[in-house]
Amino acid sequence: MKRDKRKDRFFILLSGTIAGCLFAALLSLCVGAVWLSPAELLSGADTMAGRIFRYARLPRTAACLLAGAGLAVSGAVIQGVLANRLASPGIIGVNAGAGLGVTVCCALGAVSGWAVAGSAFLGALVAVLAVALAAQRTGASRSAVILGGVAVNSFLTAVSEGITTLFPEVSMLIVDFRSGGFSGVSGSRLVPAAVLILLALLLVWTLSHELDLLSLGEEMAQGLGLSVRKVRTLFLALAALLAGASVSFAGLLGFVGLIIPNLVRRLTGGESRKLLPVCAFGGAAFVTLCDCAARVLFAPYEIPTGIVMSVIGAPFFIFLLFSGRTRD
Amino acid sequence: MKFDQERIKLQGSQQKIESNIILTIQDLHAGYGSREVLHGLSVSFSRGSITVLAGPNGCGKSTLLKTLTGLVPKSGGAIWINGKPIEQLSAVERARQVAYLPQQKRIPEMTVLAMALHGRFAHLSYPRRYRQKDIEAAREAIRLVGLAGQEECMLSELSGGTQQRVFLAMALAQDAPVILLDEPTSFLDISYQLQLMDLCRSLADSGKAVVMVLHDLPAALKYADKLAVLSEGRLAAAGTPVEVYESGVLDRVFGVKVKQVMDGEERVYYCL
Repeated sequence: MKRDKRKDRFFILLSGTIAGCLFAALLSLCVGAVWLSPAELLSGADTMAGRIFRYARLPRTAACLLAGAGLAVSGAVIQGVLANRLASPGIIGVNAGAGLGVTVCCALGAVSGWAVAGSAFLGALVAVLAVALAAQRTGASRSAVILGGVAVNSFLTAVSEGITTLFPEVSMLIVDFRSGGFSGVSGSRLVPAAVLILLALLLVWTLSHELDLLSLGEEMAQGLGLSVRKVRTLFLALAALLAGASVSFAGLLGFVGLIIPNLVRRLTGGESRKLLPVCAFGGAAFVTLCDCAARVLFAPYEIPTGIVMSVIGAPFFIFLLFSGRTRD
Repeated sequence: MKFDQERIKLQGSQQKIESNIILTIQDLHAGYGSREVLHGLSVSFSRGSITVLAGPNGCGKSTLLKTLTGLVPKSGGAIWINGKPIEQLSAVERARQVAYLPQQKRIPEMTVLAMALHGRFAHLSYPRRYRQKDIEAAREAIRLVGLAGQEECMLSELSGGTQQRVFLAMALAQDAPVILLDEPTSFLDISYQLQLMDLCRSLADSGKAVVMVLHDLPAALKYADKLAVLSEGRLAAAGTPVEVYESGVLDRVFGVKVKQVMDGEERVYYCL
Protein backbone atom coordinates (compact mmCIF):
# COMPACT_ATOMS: atom_id res chain seq x y z
CA MET A 1 0.00 0.00 0.00
CA LYS A 2 2.63 2.44 1.13
CA ARG A 3 4.83 1.51 -1.77
CA ASP A 4 2.12 2.33 -4.29
CA LYS A 5 1.41 5.65 -2.63
CA ARG A 6 5.04 6.65 -2.85
CA LYS A 7 5.33 5.56 -6.46
CA ASP A 8 2.12 7.36 -7.37
CA ARG A 9 3.37 10.46 -5.67
CA PHE A 10 6.54 10.41 -7.73
CA PHE A 11 4.63 10.01 -10.99
CA ILE A 12 2.27 12.83 -10.04
CA LEU A 13 5.26 15.04 -9.29
CA LEU A 14 7.04 14.10 -12.49
CA SER A 15 4.01 14.54 -14.72
CA GLY A 16 3.17 17.76 -12.88
CA THR A 17 6.58 19.27 -13.55
CA ILE A 18 6.53 18.10 -17.18
CA ALA A 19 3.10 19.70 -17.62
CA GLY A 20 4.43 22.84 -15.92
CA CYS A 21 7.32 22.85 -18.37
CA LEU A 22 5.04 22.57 -21.39
CA PHE A 23 2.75 25.30 -20.09
CA ALA A 24 5.71 27.58 -19.35
CA ALA A 25 7.18 26.93 -22.79
CA LEU A 26 3.89 27.75 -24.54
CA LEU A 27 3.47 30.89 -22.45
CA SER A 28 7.04 31.90 -23.19
CA LEU A 29 6.44 31.54 -26.93
CA CYS A 30 3.30 33.73 -26.74
CA VAL A 31 4.12 36.56 -24.37
CA GLY A 32 6.47 39.49 -24.70
CA ALA A 33 6.55 42.96 -26.17
CA VAL A 34 4.32 41.58 -28.94
CA TRP A 35 1.61 39.08 -27.99
CA LEU A 36 1.30 36.12 -30.31
CA SER A 37 -1.60 33.69 -30.14
CA PRO A 38 -0.81 29.98 -30.51
CA ALA A 39 -2.51 30.11 -33.92
CA GLU A 40 -0.19 32.90 -35.07
CA LEU A 41 2.82 30.88 -33.93
CA LEU A 42 1.96 28.19 -36.42
CA SER A 43 1.28 30.63 -39.26
CA GLY A 44 3.57 30.96 -42.27
CA ALA A 45 7.26 31.65 -42.15
CA ASP A 46 7.30 35.10 -43.74
CA THR A 47 4.82 36.86 -41.56
CA MET A 48 6.05 39.14 -38.83
CA ALA A 49 4.74 36.68 -36.24
CA GLY A 50 6.61 33.82 -37.89
CA ARG A 51 9.89 35.74 -37.78
CA ILE A 52 9.45 36.74 -34.15
CA PHE A 53 8.66 33.13 -33.35
CA ARG A 54 11.71 31.73 -35.11
CA TYR A 55 14.39 34.29 -34.31
CA ALA A 56 13.33 35.58 -30.92
CA ARG A 57 10.85 33.45 -29.04
CA LEU A 58 12.00 29.94 -29.95
CA PRO A 59 15.69 30.41 -29.05
CA ARG A 60 14.75 32.30 -25.93
CA THR A 61 12.31 29.64 -24.74
CA ALA A 62 14.79 26.87 -25.46
CA ALA A 63 17.47 28.83 -23.59
CA CYS A 64 15.24 29.22 -20.52
CA LEU A 65 14.36 25.54 -20.44
CA LEU A 66 17.97 24.42 -20.89
CA ALA A 67 19.46 26.82 -18.37
CA GLY A 68 16.80 25.93 -15.79
CA ALA A 69 17.34 22.19 -16.18
CA GLY A 70 21.12 22.51 -16.34
CA LEU A 71 21.53 24.71 -13.29
CA ALA A 72 19.00 22.81 -11.16
CA VAL A 73 20.60 19.43 -11.89
CA SER A 74 24.07 20.91 -11.43
CA GLY A 75 22.97 22.10 -7.99
CA ALA A 76 21.52 18.69 -7.11
CA VAL A 77 24.77 16.98 -8.14
CA ILE A 78 27.00 19.40 -6.22
CA GLN A 79 24.81 19.04 -3.14
CA GLY A 80 25.02 15.26 -3.40
CA VAL A 81 28.77 15.11 -3.95
CA LEU A 82 29.65 17.61 -1.21
CA ALA A 83 26.88 16.20 1.01
CA ASN A 84 25.84 19.75 1.71
CA ARG A 85 22.44 21.24 1.05
CA LEU A 86 23.83 24.77 1.17
CA ALA A 87 26.05 24.15 -1.82
CA SER A 88 25.05 25.27 -5.30
CA PRO A 89 26.89 26.38 -8.44
CA GLY A 90 26.05 30.01 -7.63
CA ILE A 91 27.37 29.86 -4.10
CA ILE A 92 30.62 27.91 -4.33
CA GLY A 93 31.93 29.86 -7.32
CA VAL A 94 31.14 27.48 -10.19
CA ASN A 95 28.99 30.05 -11.97
CA ALA A 96 31.57 32.73 -11.26
CA GLY A 97 34.26 30.50 -12.76
CA ALA A 98 32.15 30.03 -15.87
CA GLY A 99 31.55 33.79 -15.97
CA LEU A 100 35.29 34.44 -15.82
CA GLY A 101 35.79 31.92 -18.62
CA VAL A 102 33.25 33.74 -20.80
CA THR A 103 34.71 37.16 -19.97
CA VAL A 104 38.26 36.10 -20.80
CA CYS A 105 37.06 34.41 -23.98
CA CYS A 106 35.24 37.55 -25.15
CA ALA A 107 38.12 39.82 -24.10
CA LEU A 108 40.40 37.73 -26.31
CA GLY A 109 37.97 38.26 -29.15
CA ALA A 110 36.69 34.71 -29.53
CA VAL A 111 32.91 34.92 -29.70
CA SER A 112 31.88 31.71 -31.48
CA GLY A 113 29.36 29.55 -29.62
CA TRP A 114 31.69 26.62 -29.07
CA ALA A 115 34.55 28.83 -27.84
CA VAL A 116 32.29 30.59 -25.33
CA ALA A 117 30.65 27.37 -24.11
CA GLY A 118 34.02 25.62 -23.87
CA SER A 119 35.72 28.37 -21.90
CA ALA A 120 32.69 28.65 -19.60
CA PHE A 121 33.01 24.92 -18.91
CA LEU A 122 36.75 25.23 -18.24
CA GLY A 123 36.23 28.14 -15.85
CA ALA A 124 33.49 26.27 -14.00
CA LEU A 125 35.62 23.12 -13.82
CA VAL A 126 38.61 24.94 -12.35
CA ALA A 127 36.38 26.56 -9.72
CA VAL A 128 34.59 23.37 -8.67
CA LEU A 129 37.76 21.29 -8.55
CA ALA A 130 39.56 23.96 -6.55
CA VAL A 131 36.83 23.94 -3.92
CA ALA A 132 36.21 20.20 -3.83
CA LEU A 133 39.83 19.04 -3.94
CA ALA A 134 40.96 21.55 -1.33
CA ALA A 135 38.17 20.28 0.92
CA GLN A 136 39.13 16.66 0.31
CA ARG A 137 42.87 17.20 0.79
CA THR A 138 42.48 19.05 4.06
CA GLY A 139 39.48 17.10 5.34
CA ALA A 140 37.67 20.40 5.79
CA SER A 141 34.34 20.45 7.56
CA ARG A 142 31.12 20.90 5.63
CA SER A 143 30.77 24.55 6.55
CA ALA A 144 34.41 25.22 5.66
CA VAL A 145 33.68 23.94 2.14
CA ILE A 146 30.94 26.53 1.77
CA LEU A 147 33.09 29.33 3.21
CA GLY A 148 35.95 28.37 0.89
CA GLY A 149 33.50 28.34 -2.03
CA VAL A 150 32.20 31.78 -1.16
CA ALA A 151 35.78 33.07 -1.10
CA VAL A 152 36.51 31.47 -4.50
CA ASN A 153 33.26 33.01 -5.75
CA SER A 154 34.14 36.56 -4.76
CA PHE A 155 37.71 36.19 -6.07
CA LEU A 156 36.55 35.01 -9.50
CA THR A 157 33.80 37.65 -9.67
CA ALA A 158 36.33 40.35 -8.84
CA VAL A 159 38.70 39.18 -11.58
CA SER A 160 35.81 39.15 -14.09
CA GLU A 161 34.80 42.67 -13.14
CA GLY A 162 38.40 43.84 -13.37
CA ILE A 163 38.60 42.51 -16.91
CA THR A 164 35.28 44.12 -17.84
CA THR A 165 36.56 47.46 -16.54
CA LEU A 166 39.72 47.21 -18.61
CA PHE A 167 37.94 45.94 -21.73
CA PRO A 168 34.57 47.76 -21.72
CA GLU A 169 33.56 46.24 -25.07
CA VAL A 170 33.26 42.83 -23.35
CA SER A 171 30.20 43.92 -21.40
CA MET A 172 28.54 44.83 -24.69
CA LEU A 173 28.89 41.23 -25.81
CA ILE A 174 27.39 39.85 -22.64
CA VAL A 175 24.00 41.43 -22.07
CA ASP A 176 22.44 40.95 -18.63
CA PHE A 177 25.45 38.88 -17.66
CA ARG A 178 25.81 39.79 -14.03
CA SER A 179 22.24 39.19 -12.93
CA GLY A 180 21.47 36.61 -15.58
CA GLY A 181 18.94 36.93 -18.37
CA PHE A 182 17.91 35.83 -21.81
CA SER A 183 17.31 39.01 -23.80
CA GLY A 184 20.47 38.56 -25.85
CA VAL A 185 20.20 34.84 -26.60
CA SER A 186 21.02 33.85 -30.15
CA GLY A 187 20.88 30.50 -31.89
CA SER A 188 24.60 30.40 -32.60
CA ARG A 189 25.44 30.87 -28.94
CA LEU A 190 22.79 28.42 -27.83
CA VAL A 191 23.32 25.33 -29.97
CA PRO A 192 26.75 24.23 -28.67
CA ALA A 193 25.68 24.81 -25.08
CA ALA A 194 22.43 22.92 -25.70
CA VAL A 195 24.30 19.89 -27.01
CA LEU A 196 26.57 19.86 -23.95
CA ILE A 197 23.71 20.32 -21.50
CA LEU A 198 21.56 17.57 -22.98
CA LEU A 199 24.45 15.10 -23.07
CA ALA A 200 25.45 15.90 -19.49
CA LEU A 201 21.84 15.58 -18.26
CA LEU A 202 21.53 12.17 -19.85
CA LEU A 203 24.84 10.99 -18.42
CA VAL A 204 24.07 12.25 -14.92
CA TRP A 205 20.72 10.52 -14.99
CA THR A 206 22.28 7.15 -15.88
CA LEU A 207 24.69 7.63 -12.95
CA SER A 208 21.98 8.22 -10.35
CA HIS A 209 22.92 5.13 -8.29
CA GLU A 210 26.50 6.34 -8.11
CA LEU A 211 25.31 9.72 -6.87
CA ASP A 212 23.21 8.03 -4.17
CA LEU A 213 26.20 6.00 -3.04
CA LEU A 214 28.35 9.12 -2.79
CA SER A 215 25.69 10.77 -0.65
CA LEU A 216 26.09 7.88 1.84
CA GLY A 217 29.61 9.12 2.55
CA GLU A 218 33.00 8.26 1.13
CA GLU A 219 33.69 5.25 3.35
CA MET A 220 30.33 3.60 2.82
CA ALA A 221 30.43 4.21 -0.94
CA GLN A 222 33.90 2.72 -1.25
CA GLY A 223 32.81 -0.31 0.78
CA LEU A 224 29.90 -0.86 -1.60
CA GLY A 225 32.27 -1.00 -4.55
CA LEU A 226 32.40 2.56 -5.88
CA SER A 227 35.75 4.03 -6.92
CA VAL A 228 34.98 7.14 -4.92
CA ARG A 229 37.73 9.46 -6.11
CA LYS A 230 37.18 8.81 -9.81
CA VAL A 231 33.40 9.01 -9.62
CA ARG A 232 33.43 12.15 -7.50
CA THR A 233 35.68 13.91 -9.98
CA LEU A 234 33.42 12.77 -12.83
CA PHE A 235 30.36 14.21 -11.09
CA LEU A 236 32.08 17.51 -10.39
CA ALA A 237 33.08 17.72 -14.05
CA LEU A 238 29.49 17.04 -15.12
CA ALA A 239 28.18 19.64 -12.67
CA ALA A 240 30.69 22.13 -14.07
CA LEU A 241 29.63 21.25 -17.60
CA LEU A 242 25.95 21.81 -16.81
CA ALA A 243 26.53 25.07 -14.95
CA GLY A 244 29.21 26.32 -17.35
CA ALA A 245 27.18 25.67 -20.47
CA SER A 246 24.13 27.35 -18.90
CA VAL A 247 26.09 30.40 -17.77
CA SER A 248 27.65 30.74 -21.23
CA PHE A 249 24.35 32.00 -22.65
CA ALA A 250 22.24 32.85 -19.60
CA GLY A 251 24.71 34.73 -17.42
CA LEU A 252 25.04 34.36 -13.67
CA LEU A 253 21.63 32.95 -12.77
CA GLY A 254 22.42 31.98 -9.23
CA PHE A 255 19.32 31.10 -7.40
CA VAL A 256 17.84 28.23 -9.35
CA GLY A 257 20.69 25.83 -8.52
CA LEU A 258 20.07 26.28 -4.80
CA ILE A 259 16.32 26.54 -4.51
CA ILE A 260 15.09 23.88 -6.93
CA PRO A 261 17.12 20.91 -5.60
CA ASN A 262 16.24 21.82 -2.02
CA LEU A 263 12.56 22.17 -2.85
CA VAL A 264 12.42 18.98 -4.90
CA ARG A 265 14.31 16.99 -2.26
CA ARG A 266 11.51 17.75 0.18
CA LEU A 267 8.99 16.31 -2.22
CA THR A 268 10.79 13.29 -3.66
CA GLY A 269 13.22 12.33 -0.90
CA GLY A 270 16.91 11.85 -1.52
CA GLU A 271 16.90 9.14 -4.19
CA SER A 272 18.63 10.61 -7.23
CA ARG A 273 16.63 8.44 -9.63
CA LYS A 274 13.58 10.47 -8.63
CA LEU A 275 15.27 13.70 -7.59
CA LEU A 276 17.17 14.41 -10.82
CA PRO A 277 14.35 14.26 -13.40
CA VAL A 278 11.99 16.29 -11.20
CA CYS A 279 14.79 18.82 -10.66
CA ALA A 280 15.41 19.07 -14.40
CA PHE A 281 11.79 19.69 -15.36
CA GLY A 282 11.05 21.82 -12.29
CA GLY A 283 14.11 24.00 -12.88
CA ALA A 284 13.22 24.42 -16.55
CA ALA A 285 9.63 25.44 -15.73
CA PHE A 286 10.72 27.81 -12.97
CA VAL A 287 13.27 29.71 -15.07
CA THR A 288 10.93 29.90 -18.05
CA LEU A 289 8.08 31.31 -15.97
CA CYS A 290 10.43 33.84 -14.36
CA ASP A 291 11.58 34.91 -17.82
CA CYS A 292 7.96 35.37 -18.94
CA ALA A 293 7.40 37.60 -15.92
CA ALA A 294 10.59 39.51 -16.70
CA ARG A 295 9.28 40.29 -20.18
CA VAL A 296 5.72 41.16 -19.23
CA LEU A 297 5.86 42.96 -15.87
CA PHE A 298 7.18 46.26 -17.19
CA ALA A 299 6.58 45.76 -20.93
CA PRO A 300 7.77 47.17 -23.23
CA TYR A 301 10.79 47.33 -20.90
CA GLU A 302 12.44 44.11 -19.83
CA ILE A 303 14.17 43.42 -16.56
CA PRO A 304 16.88 40.75 -16.25
CA THR A 305 15.39 37.34 -15.46
CA GLY A 306 17.83 36.80 -12.59
CA ILE A 307 16.33 39.77 -10.78
CA VAL A 308 12.77 38.45 -11.13
CA MET A 309 13.93 35.03 -10.02
CA SER A 310 15.47 36.34 -6.83
CA VAL A 311 12.56 38.67 -6.06
CA ILE A 312 10.00 35.87 -6.44
CA GLY A 313 12.18 32.95 -5.41
CA ALA A 314 13.89 34.19 -2.29
CA PRO A 315 10.76 34.92 -0.21
CA PHE A 316 9.20 31.68 -1.43
CA PHE A 317 12.30 29.77 -0.42
CA ILE A 318 12.46 31.41 2.98
CA PHE A 319 8.80 30.60 3.51
CA LEU A 320 9.43 26.94 2.64
CA LEU A 321 12.51 26.77 4.80
CA PHE A 322 10.70 27.83 7.94
CA SER A 323 7.26 26.39 7.28
CA GLY A 324 7.85 22.64 6.93
CA ARG A 325 9.54 20.57 9.58
CA THR A 326 13.28 20.99 9.33
CA ARG A 327 15.22 17.97 8.16
CA ASP A 328 18.90 17.16 8.01
CA MET B 1 57.14 -3.18 24.17
CA LYS B 2 57.50 -6.13 21.87
CA PHE B 3 54.52 -8.41 21.79
CA ASP B 4 55.50 -10.24 18.66
CA GLN B 5 57.53 -12.86 20.48
CA GLU B 6 54.59 -13.52 22.74
CA ARG B 7 52.17 -14.13 19.92
CA ILE B 8 50.04 -17.09 20.76
CA LYS B 9 50.20 -19.97 18.33
CA LEU B 10 46.94 -21.40 17.13
CA GLN B 11 46.58 -24.94 18.37
CA GLY B 12 44.56 -28.18 18.09
CA SER B 13 40.97 -27.05 18.13
CA GLN B 14 41.82 -24.13 15.86
CA GLN B 15 42.89 -26.27 12.91
CA LYS B 16 39.37 -26.21 11.48
CA ILE B 17 39.30 -22.40 11.46
CA GLU B 18 42.79 -22.30 9.93
CA SER B 19 41.68 -24.28 6.88
CA ASN B 20 38.78 -21.88 6.25
CA ILE B 21 40.97 -18.81 5.89
CA ILE B 22 39.59 -16.40 3.29
CA LEU B 23 41.54 -13.23 4.00
CA THR B 24 45.21 -13.13 4.87
CA ILE B 25 47.22 -10.08 5.86
CA GLN B 26 51.01 -10.33 5.91
CA ASP B 27 53.43 -7.76 7.27
CA LEU B 28 51.03 -4.92 6.40
CA HIS B 29 52.29 -1.36 6.50
CA ALA B 30 49.72 1.38 5.93
CA GLY B 31 48.83 4.87 7.09
CA TYR B 32 47.74 8.38 6.20
CA GLY B 33 50.25 10.29 4.12
CA SER B 34 53.58 10.24 5.93
CA ARG B 35 52.04 8.98 9.18
CA GLU B 36 52.29 5.19 9.25
CA VAL B 37 49.73 3.55 11.54
CA LEU B 38 50.21 -0.15 10.81
CA HIS B 39 53.82 -1.31 11.18
CA GLY B 40 53.97 -4.86 9.89
CA LEU B 41 50.66 -6.39 10.93
CA SER B 42 49.93 -10.03 10.15
CA VAL B 43 46.54 -11.64 10.82
CA SER B 44 44.03 -13.82 9.01
CA PHE B 45 40.24 -14.14 8.98
CA SER B 46 38.27 -17.35 8.49
CA ARG B 47 34.88 -18.29 7.15
CA GLY B 48 32.34 -19.46 9.68
CA SER B 49 33.76 -17.50 12.58
CA ILE B 50 33.59 -14.14 14.29
CA THR B 51 36.96 -12.44 14.56
CA VAL B 52 37.03 -9.50 16.94
CA LEU B 53 39.72 -6.84 16.63
CA ALA B 54 40.49 -5.24 19.98
CA GLY B 55 43.08 -2.76 21.11
CA PRO B 56 43.45 0.68 22.64
CA ASN B 57 42.52 3.84 20.70
CA GLY B 58 44.89 4.59 17.87
CA CYS B 59 46.24 1.02 17.64
CA GLY B 60 45.15 0.76 13.99
CA LYS B 61 41.93 -1.29 14.12
CA SER B 62 39.89 1.06 11.95
CA THR B 63 42.88 1.73 9.72
CA LEU B 64 43.14 -1.99 9.08
CA LEU B 65 39.50 -2.16 7.95
CA LYS B 66 39.96 0.92 5.76
CA THR B 67 43.03 -0.60 4.15
CA LEU B 68 41.03 -3.74 3.36
CA THR B 69 38.43 -1.52 1.66
CA GLY B 70 40.92 0.50 -0.36
CA LEU B 71 40.27 3.73 1.57
CA VAL B 72 43.79 3.80 3.00
CA PRO B 73 46.66 2.82 0.69
CA LYS B 74 49.02 0.12 1.87
CA SER B 75 52.68 1.01 1.72
CA GLY B 76 54.06 -2.49 2.26
CA GLY B 77 53.17 -6.12 2.86
CA ALA B 78 50.45 -8.19 1.25
CA ILE B 79 46.69 -8.69 1.51
CA TRP B 80 45.19 -11.82 -0.03
CA ILE B 81 41.43 -11.98 -0.49
CA ASN B 82 40.16 -15.42 -1.44
CA GLY B 83 43.55 -16.27 -2.93
CA LYS B 84 44.01 -13.03 -4.89
CA PRO B 85 46.25 -10.10 -4.00
CA ILE B 86 44.09 -7.05 -3.22
CA GLU B 87 45.81 -4.82 -5.77
CA GLN B 88 44.59 -7.11 -8.57
CA LEU B 89 40.95 -6.52 -7.64
CA SER B 90 38.92 -3.59 -8.96
CA ALA B 91 36.69 -1.69 -6.53
CA VAL B 92 33.67 -3.70 -7.66
CA GLU B 93 35.48 -7.07 -7.52
CA ARG B 94 36.72 -6.28 -4.04
CA ALA B 95 33.23 -5.27 -2.90
CA ARG B 96 31.88 -8.64 -4.05
CA GLN B 97 34.32 -10.30 -1.62
CA VAL B 98 34.38 -7.80 1.25
CA ALA B 99 31.47 -5.79 2.67
CA TYR B 100 32.30 -2.91 5.03
CA LEU B 101 30.23 -0.91 7.48
CA PRO B 102 32.12 2.16 8.69
CA GLN B 103 31.60 3.58 12.13
CA GLN B 104 30.35 6.95 10.92
CA LYS B 105 27.26 6.86 8.77
CA ARG B 106 25.14 9.47 7.09
CA ILE B 107 21.39 9.06 7.25
CA PRO B 108 20.01 9.84 3.81
CA GLU B 109 16.37 10.48 2.89
CA MET B 110 15.82 7.01 1.47
CA THR B 111 13.57 4.05 2.09
CA VAL B 112 14.79 0.86 3.77
CA LEU B 113 14.43 -1.04 0.48
CA ALA B 114 16.36 1.59 -1.49
CA MET B 115 19.18 1.34 1.04
CA ALA B 116 19.31 -2.45 0.87
CA LEU B 117 19.25 -2.28 -2.93
CA HIS B 118 22.33 -0.04 -2.86
CA GLY B 119 24.09 -3.05 -1.36
CA ARG B 120 23.67 -4.69 -4.76
CA PHE B 121 25.79 -2.03 -6.48
CA ALA B 122 28.83 -4.28 -6.94
CA HIS B 123 26.70 -6.86 -8.74
CA LEU B 124 25.28 -4.47 -11.33
CA SER B 125 26.91 -3.22 -14.49
CA TYR B 126 26.40 0.27 -15.95
CA PRO B 127 23.75 1.77 -16.09
CA ARG B 128 22.78 -0.19 -12.97
CA ARG B 129 19.24 -1.36 -13.47
CA TYR B 130 18.01 -3.69 -10.74
CA ARG B 131 17.12 -7.20 -11.84
CA GLN B 132 14.54 -9.38 -10.14
CA LYS B 133 17.26 -11.27 -8.27
CA ASP B 134 18.69 -8.02 -6.86
CA ILE B 135 15.29 -7.07 -5.48
CA GLU B 136 14.91 -10.57 -4.03
CA ALA B 137 18.38 -10.41 -2.44
CA ALA B 138 17.59 -7.01 -0.91
CA ARG B 139 14.26 -8.21 0.48
CA GLU B 140 15.89 -11.35 1.88
CA ALA B 141 18.54 -9.22 3.60
CA ILE B 142 15.84 -7.01 5.11
CA ARG B 143 14.03 -10.12 6.36
CA LEU B 144 17.26 -11.46 7.89
CA VAL B 145 17.75 -8.34 10.01
CA GLY B 146 14.14 -8.59 11.15
CA LEU B 147 12.70 -5.63 9.27
CA ALA B 148 10.34 -7.45 6.90
CA GLY B 149 7.29 -5.29 6.25
CA GLN B 150 9.19 -2.03 6.81
CA GLU B 151 10.72 -1.88 3.32
CA GLU B 152 9.02 1.41 2.49
CA CYS B 153 9.80 3.24 5.75
CA MET B 154 12.10 6.23 5.45
CA LEU B 155 15.47 5.61 7.10
CA SER B 156 15.43 9.02 8.81
CA GLU B 157 12.21 8.14 10.62
CA LEU B 158 13.60 4.99 12.28
CA SER B 159 15.37 4.67 15.63
CA GLY B 160 19.16 4.49 15.81
CA GLY B 161 19.11 0.74 16.46
CA THR B 162 16.81 0.07 13.52
CA GLN B 163 18.93 2.27 11.27
CA GLN B 164 21.94 0.17 12.22
CA ARG B 165 20.03 -2.94 11.16
CA VAL B 166 19.21 -1.31 7.83
CA PHE B 167 22.92 -0.68 7.24
CA LEU B 168 23.57 -4.29 8.13
CA ALA B 169 20.91 -5.36 5.61
CA MET B 170 22.74 -3.29 3.01
CA ALA B 171 25.98 -5.14 3.79
CA LEU B 172 24.16 -8.49 3.65
CA ALA B 173 22.59 -7.71 0.29
CA GLN B 174 26.14 -7.18 -0.93
CA ASP B 175 26.45 -10.95 -0.61
CA ALA B 176 30.17 -10.94 0.19
CA PRO B 177 31.85 -13.78 2.10
CA VAL B 178 33.69 -11.30 4.37
CA ILE B 179 31.84 -8.66 6.43
CA LEU B 180 33.85 -5.95 8.20
CA LEU B 181 32.03 -4.04 10.94
CA ASP B 182 33.59 -1.03 12.65
CA GLU B 183 32.05 -0.61 16.11
CA PRO B 184 28.64 -1.94 15.09
CA THR B 185 27.22 -1.65 18.61
CA SER B 186 28.17 1.96 19.34
CA PHE B 187 25.18 4.17 20.20
CA LEU B 188 22.95 1.10 20.56
CA ASP B 189 21.19 0.25 23.80
CA ILE B 190 21.95 -3.09 25.39
CA SER B 191 19.07 -5.14 23.94
CA TYR B 192 19.93 -4.01 20.40
CA GLN B 193 23.57 -4.86 21.07
CA LEU B 194 22.59 -8.39 22.03
CA GLN B 195 20.31 -8.77 18.99
CA LEU B 196 23.08 -7.56 16.73
CA MET B 197 25.59 -9.98 18.17
CA ASP B 198 23.12 -12.86 17.77
CA LEU B 199 22.65 -11.84 14.16
CA CYS B 200 26.42 -11.82 13.62
CA ARG B 201 26.59 -15.27 15.15
CA SER B 202 24.03 -16.61 12.71
CA LEU B 203 25.89 -14.96 9.81
CA ALA B 204 29.08 -16.69 10.89
CA ASP B 205 27.21 -19.97 11.23
CA SER B 206 25.99 -19.54 7.65
CA GLY B 207 29.63 -19.52 6.53
CA LYS B 208 30.59 -15.85 6.44
CA ALA B 209 33.79 -14.44 7.89
CA VAL B 210 32.54 -11.77 10.30
CA VAL B 211 35.24 -9.31 11.40
CA MET B 212 34.37 -6.58 13.86
CA VAL B 213 36.07 -3.89 15.84
CA LEU B 214 34.74 -3.79 19.40
CA HIS B 215 35.72 -1.40 22.15
CA ASP B 216 33.82 -3.30 24.80
CA LEU B 217 36.40 -5.83 26.02
CA PRO B 218 34.02 -8.13 27.97
CA ALA B 219 31.73 -8.30 24.91
CA ALA B 220 34.74 -9.01 22.69
CA LEU B 221 35.80 -11.89 24.94
CA LYS B 222 32.26 -13.19 25.05
CA TYR B 223 31.40 -13.20 21.35
CA ALA B 224 34.68 -13.76 19.54
CA ASP B 225 35.67 -17.11 18.07
CA LYS B 226 39.05 -15.55 17.52
CA LEU B 227 40.31 -12.47 19.28
CA ALA B 228 43.04 -10.42 17.63
CA VAL B 229 44.63 -7.85 19.95
CA LEU B 230 46.36 -4.95 18.23
CA SER B 231 48.86 -2.68 19.87
CA GLU B 232 50.76 0.17 18.26
CA GLY B 233 50.12 -1.02 14.73
CA ARG B 234 51.12 -4.63 15.32
CA LEU B 235 49.43 -7.84 16.36
CA ALA B 236 50.00 -8.34 20.08
CA ALA B 237 48.16 -11.62 20.34
CA ALA B 238 45.63 -13.75 18.49
CA GLY B 239 43.74 -16.83 19.52
CA THR B 240 40.58 -17.96 21.25
CA PRO B 241 39.34 -15.58 23.97
CA VAL B 242 40.44 -18.06 26.63
CA GLU B 243 43.96 -18.29 25.22
CA VAL B 244 44.27 -14.53 24.90
CA TYR B 245 42.87 -13.96 28.38
CA GLU B 246 45.19 -16.51 29.95
CA SER B 247 48.26 -15.05 28.27
CA GLY B 248 47.74 -11.85 30.26
CA VAL B 249 48.35 -9.73 27.18
CA LEU B 250 45.10 -7.82 27.62
CA ASP B 251 46.20 -6.45 30.97
CA ARG B 252 49.44 -5.19 29.48
CA VAL B 253 47.99 -3.73 26.28
CA PHE B 254 45.00 -1.98 27.85
CA GLY B 255 46.61 -1.22 31.19
CA VAL B 256 43.62 -2.63 33.10
CA LYS B 257 42.92 -5.80 35.07
CA VAL B 258 40.69 -8.23 33.18
CA LYS B 259 39.00 -10.82 35.40
CA GLN B 260 36.81 -13.81 34.71
CA VAL B 261 34.14 -15.52 36.77
CA MET B 262 32.29 -18.70 35.95
CA ASP B 263 28.53 -18.35 35.52
CA GLY B 264 27.67 -22.05 35.42
CA GLU B 265 29.46 -23.34 32.32
CA GLU B 266 29.95 -19.89 30.84
CA ARG B 267 32.93 -17.63 31.40
CA VAL B 268 32.00 -14.02 32.15
CA TYR B 269 34.68 -11.34 31.90
CA TYR B 270 34.89 -7.93 33.49
CA CYS B 271 37.51 -5.21 33.77
CA LEU B 272 38.88 -3.41 36.80
